[in-house]
Amino acid sequence: MKQNKYKGWLYLLPAILFLGVFMVYPLIDVVVYSFEEGFSFVTQTKVGTGLYNFRYVLHDTYFVQALKNTFIIVIITVPFSTALALLISLALSSIKPLRNMFQTIYFLPYVTNTLAVGLVFMVLFKKTEYSDGMVNLLIKAFGGEAVDFIDGPYWAKMFVMCLYTIWIVLPFKILILTSALASVKEDYYKAARVDGTRPARIFFRITLPMISPMIFYLIITGFIGAFKAYSDEVALFGTDLNAAGMNTMVGYVYDMLYGNSGGYPSFASAAALILFAVVFTITCINLMASKKNVHY
Amino acid sequence: MTASNTPVNDATEDRYSVLVSEAASARRIRVIKNVLLYTFLIVCALAVLFPFYWMILTSLKTQGAYNAEVTPKFFTLEPTLANYTEAFTAVPLARYFLNTFFFTAVTTLAMMVVIVLAAFAFARMSFPGRNIVFSLFLSLMMIPNELVVITNYVTITSWNMRNTFLGLILPSITSVFYIYLLKENFEQIPEELYKAAKVDGTSDFKYLLRVMLPISKPTLVTITILKVIECWNSYVWPRLITDDKNYYLVSNGIQEIRQNGFGRDNIPAMMAAVVVISVPLVILFLLFRNKIMEGVSRGGTKG
Repeated sequence: MKQNKYKGWLYLLPAILFLGVFMVYPLIDVVVYSFEEGFSFVTQTKVGTGLYNFRYVLHDTYFVQALKNTFIIVIITVPFSTALALLISLALSSIKPLRNMFQTIYFLPYVTNTLAVGLVFMVLFKKTEYSDGMVNLLIKAFGGEAVDFIDGPYWAKMFVMCLYTIWIVLPFKILILTSALASVKEDYYKAARVDGTRPARIFFRITLPMISPMIFYLIITGFIGAFKAYSDEVALFGTDLNAAGMNTMVGYVYDMLYGNSGGYPSFASAAALILFAVVFTITCINLMASKKNVHY
Repeated sequence: MTASNTPVNDATEDRYSVLVSEAASARRIRVIKNVLLYTFLIVCALAVLFPFYWMILTSLKTQGAYNAEVTPKFFTLEPTLANYTEAFTAVPLARYFLNTFFFTAVTTLAMMVVIVLAAFAFARMSFPGRNIVFSLFLSLMMIPNELVVITNYVTITSWNMRNTFLGLILPSITSVFYIYLLKENFEQIPEELYKAAKVDGTSDFKYLLRVMLPISKPTLVTITILKVIECWNSYVWPRLITDDKNYYLVSNGIQEIRQNGFGRDNIPAMMAAVVVISVPLVILFLLFRNKIMEGVSRGGTKG
């Protein structure tokens, strides 16, 4: 029996090994890196220990730009996509014919390669020397002035960015909200109808409170996801996001690590920890707000 | 508002006609409501589908025809498959495909083995420290990938595993979330079965293989599909770890095409490559629609 007692550990061994090497150790290491000043990849030496990396990152104009971009993306896309998903889900749950077909269509963007479909959005909006792209041709056809949405003014780039982000995140939100709406018990609606309650009142007094846990779940995951935006930006603006002025916080971390501006794991670690702190704080605030407002 | 309490007098006629007209207007409101609902849903569906349509359409146009458009053409009368040949011959697209396929298959398979063993240990075996380890595992779920990727990059580099499949695969073999999901599923299988098997002298491993796995097949399939989608779309880690084109995955391949390849001038050919890359997942989705949607709603956020 004695050898049986520890057999469970044997089954866990592979998982523990992988998690240890690729998750727990890196977690400690990233903190160590972030405090090592002037660490060099090549020579594996450091100059000192302290907060210099954090100071450097926080004063780096690229980081400030990335921080600003990330916050704009979060503030625009999270409320807008959640509200739109709620509207679509409400419409979906009040029809019967063709409902499955619509659900399938709305889910399609989820299973696509972000990088690949991002290129379609780029092609739609980009102005090249060969072709102005569909959107610009349409603008010109209606007598407007062509704008380069990919290499042009900041607001144009941000517009495409947010549009693509919303397009990408909608499927998941619609899926969650339609199943949340379907799980509201029919009895509540029947009772309300017997009482002659007006639709708007039914929505605000029954539907919304019943699905509020799921809405908050979506808002929380939406915030986290939007703060970690990166591959969508690469798909639209290419790998040199700093030059495009469209970098995000995650993009800044990777650029510090690798690529033309890379080779600074200490700066990357400091930036990653700052990102984590921001996401953690926002999530805590969200959780506190949801405790106050979610009704079961 | 029922018609049952109708005294027989002149008012009945009025009452009746009011009811009829009310019913008619209610029907009209319902029709208007339905028209608005479907219009809204169709407009949204078109917005979702349009990029797909444009990508397929553009991939069928010739480069010259595409560049010559002054007003965008929303259909083409002269479809050509030349762009597809171009996409496969100008860059090793087939190679990227095989790489991605291999990477996805091996990663998913290896992960399944690791998480099945771990979930079984947590769900059915008793050993000292089980609960503590499980709580530790759960707390790891909160750790974002961005935080650990830096050190993993350094680790894999120092192991000389850049531009190898091993370097690509190793860090994504475990997932705490899937261990958790599978453990919950395993625990729903009656423990009596396990005890009976023990009495019969069946070994743990045999029991896991013969009883647990077949019963949990739906969850296993769901996890597999979610992992396959994740692998097929992975971009960040492969980009960090490969700069040799022989090891590119499709995401990196398409990015390379866009920045340094024919994507800069031949947009139809780039769209052909995009179509080819998107098709496998769309087919997978249409085949396993319900499984995927159920699996995603149980715990997939796009990573």
